Amino acid sequence: MFRISTEPLDPAALQRTLADAHAGACVTFEGWVRDHNDGRPVLALDYEAYAPLAEKEGARILAEAREKFAIVGAVCIHRVGSLRIGDLAVWVGVSAAHRGAAFDACRFVIDETKARVPVWKKEHYADGDTAWINCATRGDHAAAVKS
Amino acid sequence: MITIHIQYFAILREQRGVAGETLSTPAGTAAALYDELRTRHSFSLPRDRVRAAVDESFVAWDTPLRDGQTVVFIPPVAGG
Repeated sequence: MFRISTEPLDPAALQRTLADAHAGACVTFEGWVRDHNDGRPVLALDYEAYAPLAEKEGARILAEAREKFAIVGAVCIHRVGSLRIGDLAVWVGVSAAHRGAAFDACRFVIDETKARVPVWKKEHYADGDTAWINCATRGDHAAAVKS
Repeated sequence: MITIHIQYFAILREQRGVAGETLSTPAGTAAALYDELRTRHSFSLPRDRVRAAVDESFVAWDTPLRDGQTVVFIPPVAGG
């Protein structure tokens, strides 16, 4: 299951969805909003997604994880909206018979999600600037768009 | 001319100033449409930094556009 969520994520509830008698391991990853990026103090983040395509591409990533690794279940939920420092932005959980596959698949899912899923992040800095991450262009002062 | 629905996200939504629009265009491909819109609205991202999606699927830039389709241009992603 891959979902985009406008509501806060509940890791305990998400983890329960992975419960399975065949699973001897469960690896989870939590992405949190941190207070700095590239040396600049960050106050808050806005996440935005093209939800239909994000969920399609996310489902493809989970299917690839199932093909590559001997796992039992895999879930990834990405939050959208305005988040504050410390908020949970993304949660990945993978269950497997053994820990190796669970660790590897969890890493694969978060790496591919960051690289492929249409989710965007706008940082709000302490100095009042904002920037869409990864969207800087030359001559465009760190992609800063004054808000 | 064909009629195309466009949805904008993130930096492109801000630079265009709207979340979506429907327009008539001579553009035969997603590439031609992006080039047309980039010129008109001064989008900062060159086409090689952007991907195209038609009707909720990623497509190659040279995919022909058909009347009534929904196009989304995907700026560099930054989830996680």
